[in-house]
Amino acid sequence: MKDIRLMKGNEAIAEGVIRAGCDGYFGYPITPQSEVLEYLSAANTKQRTGMIVLQAESEIASIHMVYGGAAAGKRVMTSSSSPGISLMQEGISFMAGTELPCLLLNVVRGGPGLGTIQPSQSDYFQAVKGGGHGDYKMIVLAPASVQEMYDFAKLGFDLAFKHRIQVMVLSDGAIGQMMEKVELDEEIPRLTDAEIVKKYPWATTGKTPDRERNIITSLDLNPVKQEIININLQKKFKHIQETEVRFERIMCDDAEYLFVAYGSSARVCQKAVMLGRAKGIKVGLLRPITLFPFPSIELAKLAKQVKGMQAIEMSAGQMVEDVRLAVNGAVPVEHYGRLGGIIPAPDEVLNVLEQNFIISKKEKKYEPATY
Amino acid sequence: MTEEIIIAGFGGQGVLSMGKILAYSGMMQDKEVSWFPSYGPEMRGGTANVTVIISDERISSPILNKFDTAIILNQQSMDKFEGTVKPGGVLIYDPNGIVRHPERTDINIYTIDAADEAARLGLKKVFNMLVLGAFLKLKPLIEPEYMHKGLEKSLPLRHHNTIPENEKAIARGMELVMPKHLLN
Repeated sequence: MKDIRLMKGNEAIAEGVIRAGCDGYFGYPITPQSEVLEYLSAANTKQRTGMIVLQAESEIASIHMVYGGAAAGKRVMTSSSSPGISLMQEGISFMAGTELPCLLLNVVRGGPGLGTIQPSQSDYFQAVKGGGHGDYKMIVLAPASVQEMYDFAKLGFDLAFKHRIQVMVLSDGAIGQMMEKVELDEEIPRLTDAEIVKKYPWATTGKTPDRERNIITSLDLNPVKQEIININLQKKFKHIQETEVRFERIMCDDAEYLFVAYGSSARVCQKAVMLGRAKGIKVGLLRPITLFPFPSIELAKLAKQVKGMQAIEMSAGQMVEDVRLAVNGAVPVEHYGRLGGIIPAPDEVLNVLEQNFIISKKEKKYEPATY
Repeated sequence: MTEEIIIAGFGGQGVLSMGKILAYSGMMQDKEVSWFPSYGPEMRGGTANVTVIISDERISSPILNKFDTAIILNQQSMDKFEGTVKPGGVLIYDPNGIVRHPERTDINIYTIDAADEAARLGLKKVFNMLVLGAFLKLKPLIEPEYMHKGLEKSLPLRHHNTIPENEKAIARGMELVMPKHLLN
């Protein structure tokens, strides 16, 4: 029989990492993602799979513990929310420089600064464009349901080790806090030390007489060598852009107008698509699942079909820049966002699309939903 | 069938757990469900609300601003959510502590004296199940056997001995719900 449970997004990803053979979690509590650490702490992971769960003294300590675990070839992770992820940026850049695989979870809250604890999507630039220093990218997965929070635990680890890259699950307070049905898979056993030695020859598993020492460092003061390191990193990012794009098309086949939205905004837009279709408007939704690599080619294709694109984000306009780059002026692209922890309503975003593309400007302006 | 519900009241009234029991029961009956709380720094005494959706189809947005049914348990929630009921929808409220009663004429309005009944029974904890009974009387979406399974799933094992009194409260809530304003 299928194992189906009603879970919060934060609980689902915690259960997901246990079942995906995670070796270690290092984190520090912060709303709205504290349930991850809470769930893992209560899950008796040491006995269940041997997974270590540790509350570190800070976010900075957490990310460097992840660095250490990853260097040893272990499946390790941390999670936090926006202000905590900002603290981790130095460590993330160092992991980019050393090509260490790991899973990072950001359950985004409103910012800047301490901001609010309500859902937001204002960390898109930080996640997708590289929040730390240097020319690097992470694979960024944007779950839009509790099931995807669960699924992206395993997918995230698999991609991280496939490409030796940091994978960030960019969620938000709404997906983290809400409960939906989740279908769980069988538990995958953790790799044994011998399996890690065999699978990951780069890992610092202890020198043996038959090979050189493995040194994991991002420091090379010779700029010629450093340029080669950078070129190789860029080759990897290009390969990922070509092979790992994921997206969902909702009612796009005959669409004349298109919503572009990810995460919880995509759920709001999905309802708006239904409301629009009921009114006879041919509207669809393109939901990027990977934010890097971004579904630029798919959007460029859709730009030949639709009359306009409406990006909806809980930010002042971040993802919309990538939409505009993808369509390169082929169709008008508008942005609409709510800020500081406010979630737009389905009729509100439909109204915005109608105002921007369908109804003449002279008619009544839309009213933002109040809370 | 899709039923979009907001349950709103004080923290500590069992608003979130009522939503959770409803969502669990829906899931046991093989429905699609979602439960989205207003989460915040408030605990007891603050306002709390939860959006629950029960549907035969995949749920689009778990986040809504218009509802088929509003279950309202304090004045602040009445002020905030009376206007969010879709025309023709249902508003259920406990008049206890309500100073400004709902005024809409385009919806069906019902009362449930759950606070008084819970006090009379000496079982304050079943307050939310009395209210849930009122809802299930008006919207019989979930069969009693699945409500039972939902209670089993959502209550921790140490509280399973309270399931019979919770079920009794649901049945009593069904008897207590009273129409206040009905559409023709």
